[in-house]
Amino acid sequence: MGETVISVQNLTKKYVIGKQQSGNSFREMLAGKSKAIAERILSTRQQSTEVSEPSSEEFLALDDISFSINRGETVGIIGSNGAGKSTLLKILSRITEPTSGRVSVKGRVASLLEVGTGFHPELTGRENVFLNGAVLGMSEAEIRRKFDEIVAFAEVEKFINLPVKKYSSGMYVRLAFAVAANLDPDILILDEVLAVGDIKFQKKCMNKIYEAGQDGKTILVVSHEMGNVTRTCKRVIWLVKGQIHLDGEAGEISNEYLGVAFRVVSSGEVTIERKSELPEQDLYFNTVSILDEDNNPTSTLDVLRPAKIRITYEAKKDIEGLDLSLRIFNVVDVPIFTVERSSSEGLGIKKGSYVSEIEIPPEFLVPGVYTLNIGAHIPNVKILDNHRSVISFEVLETGSKAAIYKGSEYGVVFVNLDWKELDYTPVLT
Amino acid sequence: MKTEELVIEAGRSERQYWRDLWNYRELFYYLAWRDILVRYKQTVVGVAWAILRPLISMLVFTFVFGGLAKLPSDGVPYPILVFAAMLPWQFFSSAMSESSNSIVNNGAMISKVYFPRLVIPTSSVIVSFVDFLLSSSILVALMIWYRYLPSWQIITIPFFIFIAFAASMGVGLWLSALTVKYRDFRFVIPFIMQFGLYISPVGFSSSIVPEKWRLLYSLNPMVGVIDGFRWAILGGNATIYWPGFLISLGIVFVLLITGIAYFRKTERTFADVI
Repeated sequence: MGETVISVQNLTKKYVIGKQQSGNSFREMLAGKSKAIAERILSTRQQSTEVSEPSSEEFLALDDISFSINRGETVGIIGSNGAGKSTLLKILSRITEPTSGRVSVKGRVASLLEVGTGFHPELTGRENVFLNGAVLGMSEAEIRRKFDEIVAFAEVEKFINLPVKKYSSGMYVRLAFAVAANLDPDILILDEVLAVGDIKFQKKCMNKIYEAGQDGKTILVVSHEMGNVTRTCKRVIWLVKGQIHLDGEAGEISNEYLGVAFRVVSSGEVTIERKSELPEQDLYFNTVSILDEDNNPTSTLDVLRPAKIRITYEAKKDIEGLDLSLRIFNVVDVPIFTVERSSSEGLGIKKGSYVSEIEIPPEFLVPGVYTLNIGAHIPNVKILDNHRSVISFEVLETGSKAAIYKGSEYGVVFVNLDWKELDYTPVLT
Repeated sequence: MKTEELVIEAGRSERQYWRDLWNYRELFYYLAWRDILVRYKQTVVGVAWAILRPLISMLVFTFVFGGLAKLPSDGVPYPILVFAAMLPWQFFSSAMSESSNSIVNNGAMISKVYFPRLVIPTSSVIVSFVDFLLSSSILVALMIWYRYLPSWQIITIPFFIFIAFAASMGVGLWLSALTVKYRDFRFVIPFIMQFGLYISPVGFSSSIVPEKWRLLYSLNPMVGVIDGFRWAILGGNATIYWPGFLISLGIVFVLLITGIAYFRKTERTFADVI
């Protein structure tokens, strides 16, 4: 612990985009060259006043980045598209070279930017395990040793000697994941976009990978889902336009990250667009708004004041057994609570337009960023409409009980449970 | 636990690269093995393909050059004369076409995993080499059929195989790197193959080339390779034109060394352009 295993100094990667000349075609290159020669011969008098137009534009994917990572750390890298996450990953896994700067890495590195790299459909499962293992940097002896484990993990024992082109896509992905999950390097670099197929199985793999993090392995993960990062990483590096915007404790950064991401889009009121691809629906949600105690729409709430969530919707006809629900999620995508219309109004709805409100009491949600899902369903029969993350809001700290616990996790809601002192025996000194 | 330190920098050191090449030898072995397996699994006739192709070309060449044009064969049965040249030529041309597309075909892998990229075209050449070994069984069969006994020179054959290998690698590396940069380069390759077949002494003996043109003729690296093969296989009946052979040999090694250099130079940007 404490020893630096990855050290990145002034790392810069420049891409040249919009390269017009000497493009990707030999024909164009030849045509360009011969044209240039012809011009030179034909127009000796004509002075070459024309400056060669700037046909290429430089783009800094990474701009002078420095950081270091210690042994045993699990670090998440976040940022919007084009922030340089993938470029950083590619440099660390040596797929591409930096333009300038230096990285030094201590220990055996395995990088996992894709599962099933090198898989060939004509080869059998067994052959592909060996091939993929070799691609990921495992030695033959190591693959042999882990082979049974990999196959058992992927649950494809019966089919291991069949060409993978005969596999279902689920089996294929499971086998590919299983090889990856059994990698055993000192430093693991991975891209969470690996996510394809069976979610349950993916979780199983990710758990196995992160378990490895607990015994002194260093893990560097690029993630697109803030929720995953905070669950798995202690530290987060946030990239913006090729530079490090923030680097620090995961919880803090994720709050900041989501705050920024949502503050831009949310004004406290959202009109719900109808899903045009769906056939005529019997029930429509129209708007969702977050209101403060004076009924003004807002996206920032005071933790010490009450607030309201107001939704408007319309039923095209009487719908028997219908229920509406609203669910609040926190920053890391954990559902905090669900409110159902049926618990106050009972099941079923009459034709017409509605305005409904849910009041959030003061000092109930702990400060942080929240998102809201709404849905309409007939329980155990069908889902009529469902909208995820329709609106988000932030509860601001203005002096709640949680304030003094700065940094450490207080919980997801405030509750006023009694602390009953049942007995007390003074100690006599 | 040994902790080796890895440094990633622009234009990283040459030494590390060659060490990596050694470290990744298992991957190299697996890739070649994959390509061989896939090659013989995908075609219906499988291994027979490696044998049929040169056999049929040999029959056609024997018929056209030996039967119709009645070119001299220096006292060697014409099929053997042709086949001794067909072997290295097939090896060269298939290695060239396979390796030139190899980088582009493995683009997905190149953009996702690190390994010394030299592994890829080299493994393509190895696959063609396996074909070569398989089809040399025809030569053995032909020699038995014609009761043609090779002389002592046959022991020099590994040396000429090595030159054929070097020529294939050199051209393969050049073409694979160029194909990444200029995608339409692959249209040039069938042309080179077609053209090369006629300007190389495959269907005829290079002794029919007029003396004054032979040095020029030897600029084609395959001339040296093919003459060498004939000399080693056919024994006393084939003569080798040494000045020409040395020129061809020189060209082969220039191609190989510049090929490696050019490949190494462009290799670092493969992942960015592929």
